[in-house]
Amino acid sequence: MTAGPMIEVQNLTKRYAGRLAVDRLNFTVQRGEVVGLLGPNGAGKSTTMRILACYLPATEGTARVAGLDVYTQADEVRRRIGYMPEHNPLHRDMRVRDYLKFRARLKGLSRAASRERVDIVMQQCGLTEAHKRIIGHLSKGFQQRVGLADALVHDPELLILDEPTIGLDPNQIRAVRQMIKELATRHTVLLSSHILPEVEITCGRVLILANGRILAADTPNNLQKRLGEGGLVVAEIAAPEAALKACFDTQPEILRYDIAPAEGAYYRCTFSAPPGVDLRPILFELVRQHNWTLRELTRNQLSLEDIFVRLTRPDREEEG
Amino acid sequence: MRVYWLLVRRELGTFFVSWTGYIIIAAALFIMGLSFAGILQALNTEPLTLTIHELFYESVAFWLVLLVATPVLTMRLFAQEKQSGTFETLMTAPVSDVQVVLAKFTAALVFYGLMWLPLVAITLTLRQYTRQAAIVDFGALAGAMAGVLLLGMLYVAIGCLASALTRSQVVAAMLSFVTGLAIFLGGYLAYAVPPQLGWPHAVLSQMNIYQHLQDLSRGVVDSRAVVFCLSTTFLFLFLTLRAVESRRWK
Repeated sequence: MTAGPMIEVQNLTKRYAGRLAVDRLNFTVQRGEVVGLLGPNGAGKSTTMRILACYLPATEGTARVAGLDVYTQADEVRRRIGYMPEHNPLHRDMRVRDYLKFRARLKGLSRAASRERVDIVMQQCGLTEAHKRIIGHLSKGFQQRVGLADALVHDPELLILDEPTIGLDPNQIRAVRQMIKELATRHTVLLSSHILPEVEITCGRVLILANGRILAADTPNNLQKRLGEGGLVVAEIAAPEAALKACFDTQPEILRYDIAPAEGAYYRCTFSAPPGVDLRPILFELVRQHNWTLRELTRNQLSLEDIFVRLTRPDREEEG
Repeated sequence: MRVYWLLVRRELGTFFVSWTGYIIIAAALFIMGLSFAGILQALNTEPLTLTIHELFYESVAFWLVLLVATPVLTMRLFAQEKQSGTFETLMTAPVSDVQVVLAKFTAALVFYGLMWLPLVAITLTLRQYTRQAAIVDFGALAGAMAGVLLLGMLYVAIGCLASALTRSQVVAAMLSFVTGLAIFLGGYLAYAVPPQLGWPHAVLSQMNIYQHLQDLSRGVVDSRAVVFCLSTTFLFLFLTLRAVESRRWK
């Protein structure tokens, strides 16, 4: 095994008949990382993955997997990748075990090795019970497991999973996520999704894509810190409205606030703070100084979802 | 090579896990049987001047099976995989485009061979019941089988190309049927175009698969027939390969 990053993408561009799908993409994935490609539909996630899986050529730029060029050394790269395309296409007329065996042999495993690996991945993906069933008769969740087992069967260094949980029910999603998490200990994983919590839960690092470009790349936590401002703080205070206003107006840390009457003497105040500032201790101090009564103080962290919407909504450019 | 055989087996399996394979064989069997009954009838009324298998090429049944069955059995090869998306999992496995094209071609050709097996049975039955060993000349029979195989290679290759060009099986079948029919009818034009015209006649008589098959089934192995079938098969397979590769053109 060579050292160096698992995936290296430089100036990757893909143009389909007049439409730019991927626009000068640059990113690196280290060995052992779990990276999520996140973006609205049509952002270029699938195209990027197809290029990495050696299915499509890039128009410009280079992509390397384990130091091997995906265009000129495609055969070597394919041996190292377990790729599950979008919508998880399978030979629906085959039985689970036969299909996995066929795929294992196709990926160059010997008869004995394929038998062994098929048993292992069926166990790993919870398919042992279903090994004789016809794939087309399985539920979608089980079909997804078959796809995942196929991607895993030759024990690849890199797993590329395009929308692995699309179309599943919540329980199945949870099961697939759990499997991906377990896989992350042995493989480098690149997965795509437009479902945010999924990426938030499973990935160590997130690349947010829109219109073929990377808008942000960081850990989910850092993204929240960097882009999330201080979040919204909500407090319920019993005090005269005028006194509250007078007090808040003089505080430099409070960017904006909003006061609405709640039941009794309480007012529900909502504050927004600049990035990196936690308003809660400041507010508590104010309440203490004025001898008001405080019954609630909470901060709503901006979720990845909010960040995503901010970054990718179409009117963002006019805002500058 | 291992991957190639694996793919051939998988492709052949596909014919038989669905109804397609059985339906094609049943239809071919039906047409051949019909033709067989017709021959028996003819034998009862008048003495025979042709050999038995020649009767087959004279009959509509043979050409019907060749022209209709090959598009139907090849339309699936690439189009279905493209439609269902399994083409992507196939082509991202460590297999080469050549392996895939040749494996699909071989599987379809083997199936085509299986389809013609009843013909052998029919010939042998005829021999048994007429009690005339001379009615079936094994040399001529071998020639005829070689002819069926050569034509099969050409028509299966046409089907491969048609299927590789589209993701719709219907379009693939139409395309290969029309191409196959054009070659068949083009050969007939050789009779209409006088030899004095020079190259048009030469080209058309090369294409005359009917004549080729007739020669072969009389035990005359004409190199023109062999060269024509093999070279066009190669051409169509080459074009198929290019079509499969085209997704990786920059």
